[in-house]
Amino acid sequence: MQPIIDYIKSYLDSNQTPGGAGNVFWAFVYILLVFVGLSVAVIAMNWLERKILAHMQVRLGPMRVGPHGLLQPIADALKLLLKEDIIPAEADGLVFWIAPFIVVLAAFTVFVVVPFGPTHAITDMNIGILFMLGVSSLSVLGIVMAGWASNSHYPLIGALRSSAQMVSYEVAMGLAVVSAILMTSLNDSGTGTLSMIGIVQAQQAEGVWFVFKFFPLGLVAFFIFAIAMVAETNRAPFDLPEAESELTAGFHTEYSGFRWSLFFLAEYSAMIAVSSIAITLWLGGWLRPFPNWLSGSVWTLVFNLFPGITFLFLAGLCFYNVRRMPKHPYFKIQTMGLAGFGGLLGLIGLFLFVPAVFTRVQDIYWFSIKVAGFMYLYIWYRGTFPRYRFDQLMKVGWKVLLPTGLTVLVLTALAGFLDPYAYLEAWLKRLL
Amino acid sequence: MDTMLHISTLHYLVLGAALFLLGVIGVLTRRNVVIVLMSIELILNAVNLNLVAFSHYWQGIQGPNALHGQVFAIFVITDAAAEAAVGLGILIAFFRNKETINVDEVNLLKW
Amino acid sequence: MTPVATPFFFYLLSGTMLIGGILVITRKNAVHSALALIATLLAQAGIYLMLYAPFVAGVQIILYAGGIMVLFLFVIMLVNIERTQKERQFNKQWLVGVVAAGALGGLFIAIYTKGKGIFPDRVMPPSNLEASNVQQVGALLYGPGTGQYMFAFEIASLLLLVAIIGAVVMAKKRI
Repeated sequence: MQPIIDYIKSYLDSNQTPGGAGNVFWAFVYILLVFVGLSVAVIAMNWLERKILAHMQVRLGPMRVGPHGLLQPIADALKLLLKEDIIPAEADGLVFWIAPFIVVLAAFTVFVVVPFGPTHAITDMNIGILFMLGVSSLSVLGIVMAGWASNSHYPLIGALRSSAQMVSYEVAMGLAVVSAILMTSLNDSGTGTLSMIGIVQAQQAEGVWFVFKFFPLGLVAFFIFAIAMVAETNRAPFDLPEAESELTAGFHTEYSGFRWSLFFLAEYSAMIAVSSIAITLWLGGWLRPFPNWLSGSVWTLVFNLFPGITFLFLAGLCFYNVRRMPKHPYFKIQTMGLAGFGGLLGLIGLFLFVPAVFTRVQDIYWFSIKVAGFMYLYIWYRGTFPRYRFDQLMKVGWKVLLPTGLTVLVLTALAGFLDPYAYLEAWLKRLL
Repeated sequence: MDTMLHISTLHYLVLGAALFLLGVIGVLTRRNVVIVLMSIELILNAVNLNLVAFSHYWQGIQGPNALHGQVFAIFVITDAAAEAAVGLGILIAFFRNKETINVDEVNLLKW
Repeated sequence: MTPVATPFFFYLLSGTMLIGGILVITRKNAVHSALALIATLLAQAGIYLMLYAPFVAGVQIILYAGGIMVLFLFVIMLVNIERTQKERQFNKQWLVGVVAAGALGGLFIAIYTKGKGIFPDRVMPPSNLEASNVQQVGALLYGPGTGQYMFAFEIASLLLLVAIIGAVVMAKKRI
């Protein structure tokens, strides 16, 4: 018994990721935590998307199932689980069954290297970013198989269009990623790194998030990646392959019930995964904003209190809506439920004011807030932009993003080599 | 039993040889052009496995910078991509002319 | 990090590769062959990881499994004719082919049993081989003092350009 406890405790002393320390038990614990966190995030995204999209379209969204529709995702999940599993008659059985499995596998395996903190990743591979790009490109295979196995022309056209789109935008994504990786090599030894934790540590060492480095270049690379990642996950405005008015739901037309929910789960997980890539490469990963400009113990304390303040703000929103609930006896259960939920959020917020807790939670909190910001952007794009036609989509991918990406890459390499901002500072100093 | 449990370079070489044989059988016996092309990819992968296994062997002897096998494997993968693209382009062009994908029906010289 | 359970992973991955290879050459349906080939390629990426070659494993997943196989699946869907699944799958000289492959296999067996002494026991590599693999491959490709493969790299990019133009020209419709 004692050696087991020693094994479990030995990881807590080492300052590494479980994969780096070779500790199988903690690796499983982290995998379970990531899995649970991802499922909760997907459920929350489902509710948030419907409510935010509704409010953008001046309507209310789901209001009936729980207080303000909070239990709607659970109702959706129950419906999908209990629905009849229909397989088309001429469909290829093995390929039909395996396609959602591959898409979910690709979407979830990516999270093995996502860094929530300097030691809070399941493992830190030397090829971190290469692994993430490669495994997320395996989901194209699942989509092609889903479209082909359904043995019907709408899914086939949808699958071919979707995979052509994803493959085209992967090129632009790769170029943007390479120009960010170039910026990690501006240290003393002159070697960069592909590991996700190493990239954030390079941003920490250079004192600036890569989105603001070499001023327009980092920003343009970030924009290229931000556009390409929306196209990569088949979301609006690039969602022609799964648009209901065009192709009757594209490659997942013939999938119903639980199989469709697997595609849905994989789509939201892929959204979170590519947002994690964008945040790690350009927005500083787990680093808090303004670490140099607003430094010192007072500012550190203020930023440390942000997690608690966020949860208290959400609890405050819940209690405000409790006051706005109609005073009819039929709404008593909903009012009590909303008040209970607000109380729970408030308790979590108060718990996050304890110093021992907030120092540990800082990294995970800043990473999650940035991911939440990206999710809001995704929903905002869906509510704002009209859909691209397929040829316009391919034109943007190849004729606009690819040349811009190449230019940014060459200019970033030149800027790293010549360091123009140092020259500019020296020239200004001589002038003034 | 001990040879089987201690994985040495020879194990990887035998695996590569087995894959190579499977690829050669596929190229020599199948009629479907796409499956012949996929067997060629199997052959290239077997060669890559040999290269990387030898790079691992030499890393143990010459030190961590003896990565020539891995670099060569990367070039082989690049070449395989180029060859697959061109081969499939030829396949599509031929399919448009003769509506068949069996290699032994491509016998236009035999009147 | 010390390697753990190496024989188990080796036999699992090599079994997957061999079964995948056999399925590739024996299936009637080309899509099933393509799926088996994807399984083989992913298992091979695992074997590369066992051989302390993470960069080659990453390139294998991105290029081979995520790029070349998508290309194969596209073309299979374009040229898929139902009648080919009901015809003969193996050509007329299959016996000669198998005998030739058997002779090659005999040659391999002769080489590997007689030459077993040439590959002595693998020397245990230093344990931080995987932490700097990408940097070392980069040094070998482009490094200032040690880079020997820069010219080959440029030729490879030219080759890819030629392949792109060639594939587009051959697969587009007649003007």
